[in-house]
Amino acid sequence: MTVELARLKQDNRRFRVRFRLPSFGLQRFPAAVAAAAGFLALMAICAVFADMLAPYSYEEQSLLGRLQPPFWLGGSGGYLLGSDELGRDVFSRTLFAIRTSMAVALLGTVIGALFGTFLGFLAARFRGWVEDLVMMLVDCQAAMPFLIIALAVLAFMGNNLVLFIALMGIYGWEKYARVARGLVLSAQEQGYALAVHSLGSGGFRLYFKHILPNVLSPLIVLLTLNIPDTILMETTLSFLGFGIQPPRTSLGLTLGMGRDYLLTAWWIAVVPGVVIFLTTLSISLVGDWLRDRFDPTLQ
Amino acid sequence: MNFGFVLMKTLRAVVTVWLVLTFVFIVLRLSGDPASRLLPDDIDPQTVAYYRAEWGRDRPLWEQYAAYFTSAAEGSFGISFRDRRPALEVILERVPATLELGLLSFAFAIVVGIPLGVVAALKRNTVFDRLAMSFAVLGYAMPYFFMGVLLILLFSLQLRWLPSSGSSTWWHLIMPVLTLGTTPAAMFARFTRSSVLEVMNKPFIRTARAKGALPWREIVFHALPNAAIPVVTVMGLRLGELIGGAVVTETVFAWPGMGRLLVGAVANRDLAVVQGIVVLIAISMVTVNLLLDLAYGWLDPRIRTARQEGRAEGRA
Repeated sequence: MTVELARLKQDNRRFRVRFRLPSFGLQRFPAAVAAAAGFLALMAICAVFADMLAPYSYEEQSLLGRLQPPFWLGGSGGYLLGSDELGRDVFSRTLFAIRTSMAVALLGTVIGALFGTFLGFLAARFRGWVEDLVMMLVDCQAAMPFLIIALAVLAFMGNNLVLFIALMGIYGWEKYARVARGLVLSAQEQGYALAVHSLGSGGFRLYFKHILPNVLSPLIVLLTLNIPDTILMETTLSFLGFGIQPPRTSLGLTLGMGRDYLLTAWWIAVVPGVVIFLTTLSISLVGDWLRDRFDPTLQ
Repeated sequence: MNFGFVLMKTLRAVVTVWLVLTFVFIVLRLSGDPASRLLPDDIDPQTVAYYRAEWGRDRPLWEQYAAYFTSAAEGSFGISFRDRRPALEVILERVPATLELGLLSFAFAIVVGIPLGVVAALKRNTVFDRLAMSFAVLGYAMPYFFMGVLLILLFSLQLRWLPSSGSSTWWHLIMPVLTLGTTPAAMFARFTRSSVLEVMNKPFIRTARAKGALPWREIVFHALPNAAIPVVTVMGLRLGELIGGAVVTETVFAWPGMGRLLVGAVANRDLAVVQGIVVLIAISMVTVNLLLDLAYGWLDPRIRTARQEGRAEGRA
């Protein structure tokens, strides 16, 4: 009897799992989130103060100091993380590359968020053919891999920095449009929105002063979660040689160039690679944690 | 299968391909006049006019648009500037290599990711679960190109076990498949885990258990088919990322597929080839998503019923 009871209890325990969305093990590892946030802060400092932190300029060459290994492998010439094929300091170049990559990724993400949110608002406000058109574009964008679209546009139009940043801005807009439309559709039926509307404020005032602040937090979480994707898109295009062009430097570009020197000087490629990996990892750790904590739609 | 539903989905797919073709047409026209770009600056105006007429650039825009569609429907995207052969021919030669790499990587992702997710869900909060989910988080954050570079460093340059480029033997496949398959494997592991966890709490699992089903039967016959639906959705949604990843992987490992062809064509501005690849990818993406949409009904009887009821309401 007692054995039976014990078994029942055990079985019960197995079924009494609370319904919880997957946290991917993150809630148990706040230390990992803290470390990730710390790394991101470090990256931000590197990006902002690149000129002051870098011991060399990113384009300063030295014929005698070519392909020097990092200091712990016995490199000479005072290069912290070694030097590249033109004798440029890998550490300094990485700092400037972080600045470029972060700037492009942030700018691109923000442009995409504004553009997508605006279209989502339009779709929810006007319904009808506007909504049909926006949703058709969303479907179309989602149906094509963005990397292919970006490559095609860069092939047809030629590469320049403005076009590249515009492309990064377009990347991911459809996610914001879809989410914003859904949020606004439900928000405009809520009491406060109807009240403001019946008080005579329509259009701009209703949507931007009243509805926007109320739907902002899921959109901001979405924005955080999208930054690593934008970083990866920028670095991928630069890696392939179609993104940021020399003499400018970006993490993907240095990694792509360093590929030719893997045998003699692996640090040229590995240093920017590690930075990219740790940055996207940190942002997604922090983003997932933020989403679990703050996105009420997921609770 | 519901006929109206299939028809609507097919129509949407056709509209998407049409939009992509139109997009390519617009961007191509925006990019300027190929006659002035390709011919030298000091050439006489008659020759420029001759080539404009030859490429149909002297006709009105709507005629060009119509001609563009007719030729695209015939599968003709122009002549590759580099190979001096029809672009479609150049592209189709590369399709088998890409399919080989893509399908093997996809198989790798399924074989590794799904069991990992299932076991992690069943052994929730154990060391195995944490290790599996750490792998998933790391694998998801790892960019394809860096993964490829690291593998080459380790297996080709340090250990000298595997060839770093080419495609002549099975050994050549190992690193590209690992590179392209790891991120989807990580993704499948995450989604399978959450999906199985959710299903294991449902009443029908309790019923199966109350009926005395053995644990493995409970999982294989009751839990997995139900957990499969969200995982299949994710597969369809992330197919685009796999295609992007294939472009990078093929470039890193000099794999003679469509992705490497695309990168080369973009570098040389071989527009006919770029155009052909974009349209081909659009068609295959749309087709796969269409098939997945139709597969839901087969996977999930609830969706099937909902669709039929929807049709009945529509008639009433």
